[in-house]
Amino acid sequence: MVILRVEHLSKSFGTTPVLNDVSLIVEKGEILIIIGPSGSGKTTLLRCIHCLEFPDRGTIVLDDVAFGAGDGPDRRWRPDPPRVLDAKRRRVGFVFQRFNLFANLTALDNVSIGPRRVLGVATTPARARAAALLDRLGLAEHAGKLPSQLSGGQQQRVAIARALSMDPALMLFDEPTSALDPELVDEVLTTMRELARSGMTMVVVTHELDFAREVGDRVIFMDAGRIVEEGRPADVFSAPREERTRAFLRRLLRIGAPHRPATSIESPRGRAHGETELTTDAAADRRA
Amino acid sequence: MFDFALIVQSIPFLLRGAVYTVQVSVLAIVFGLVLGWLLGLAAVSGVPALSAVSWAYVQFIRGTPLLIQIFLIYFGLPAVGINLPAFWSGVIALGLNSGGFQAEIVRAGIESIDRGQTEAARSIGMSRFKTLVFILVPQTIRRVLPPLTNELITLTKSSSLLSAIAALELTHAGQLIIARTFASFEIYAAVAIIYLALVAVLSRGSAFLEKRVFVNY
Repeated sequence: MVILRVEHLSKSFGTTPVLNDVSLIVEKGEILIIIGPSGSGKTTLLRCIHCLEFPDRGTIVLDDVAFGAGDGPDRRWRPDPPRVLDAKRRRVGFVFQRFNLFANLTALDNVSIGPRRVLGVATTPARARAAALLDRLGLAEHAGKLPSQLSGGQQQRVAIARALSMDPALMLFDEPTSALDPELVDEVLTTMRELARSGMTMVVVTHELDFAREVGDRVIFMDAGRIVEEGRPADVFSAPREERTRAFLRRLLRIGAPHRPATSIESPRGRAHGETELTTDAAADRRA
Repeated sequence: MFDFALIVQSIPFLLRGAVYTVQVSVLAIVFGLVLGWLLGLAAVSGVPALSAVSWAYVQFIRGTPLLIQIFLIYFGLPAVGINLPAFWSGVIALGLNSGGFQAEIVRAGIESIDRGQTEAARSIGMSRFKTLVFILVPQTIRRVLPPLTNELITLTKSSSLLSAIAALELTHAGQLIIARTFASFEIYAAVAIIYLALVAVLSRGSAFLEKRVFVNY
């Protein structure tokens, strides 16, 4: 079942085109990974899906409900009225690169404020549910702390809990580990892995290729505002069809994913291929 | 030379003036705070008409001398049938004036909050209004406390201008004594010290709020 359909999305900042006729679909329960060099439009694509930016043209349909109206003859985007947009947006969770936890609220209140102030849940049940969410993510002992008292990894996990508090049908991750110290990356990836296992539909912009290979059902490579290549992570990473994809992966593997030493496509550690087979099978099983 | 006895004698009368000053200032501060926040929020509301009104108001207030604003209210308004006593003219003039300056402080404070805070609030479906009320304003209050304190101190001291409309506040009380005794140095020194004490109370209050009431975020 298709949960998200994006069609012919285009956007420019001034005269600079950022997205150029991008179309994609996401199935329910699917983990879609988006990779690409910086400036390729992947973050803008994610922000457009959440209407943090408005596209110039195109359509975005979530669960058969269109965001805005971009289906006229010229496909020009017309935003929803604010209230309508607020209501539609609740169904999508967004995890930011820089966490953006509410600085004036404790972890617990960060996770309970959405249900309380947006959904009108009473304080006590909202707090109880927030506490349960934090507990599930291993953050129970930090519930009373302010964001400034938490490590980056903890902040990002609280941010994930905050997004989950609204019961989203789809979670969007915008480079969720890029702003983290290397030793804090794994705790966030573990949380995301568990989320994926629970059947959540996720679109993840990331440079973490190991994670992408292990968890991703499908990967999209973007460059210059277009989708250049698309396929199973195992196929795209080990045998990219497009020269641009090859160049990007070579560069990324030479430098190493942000937090770990370089592995290469040939995989001197000799683990990438074997693991890939296993995990894609696992992903297939999960969907079945 | 320096007549301490005269100062001691004058203290009761000066303190009566100080009470008047405190009364005018406190009422003007309350009025100014309400007006300042309303105008500041209007400026960032995203509603063009509201931000235009706020902008025009700020331009007028900071473009004209406070003394003229006081005269407009005390001497000018009677021409349209509004007669206000010196006390209330003072409260209104100081409040209107301070509100204009506070509006700019509030606007700048809200705009200084990281955009990510707004985006995160919108991302969980909060409206612009709720984002302001629950996320931006609480963070702004602590951030604008120091400049806002400055502004409230300025307001308190500016109340001395009300001597020009013969309001019986601290400065005017001093002038009345000087008119009888010609002891300018002694009396103005005493007046200055009383202002200093009033301002010290404001400063301590603000420091308390900053350290104890609004936690460090």
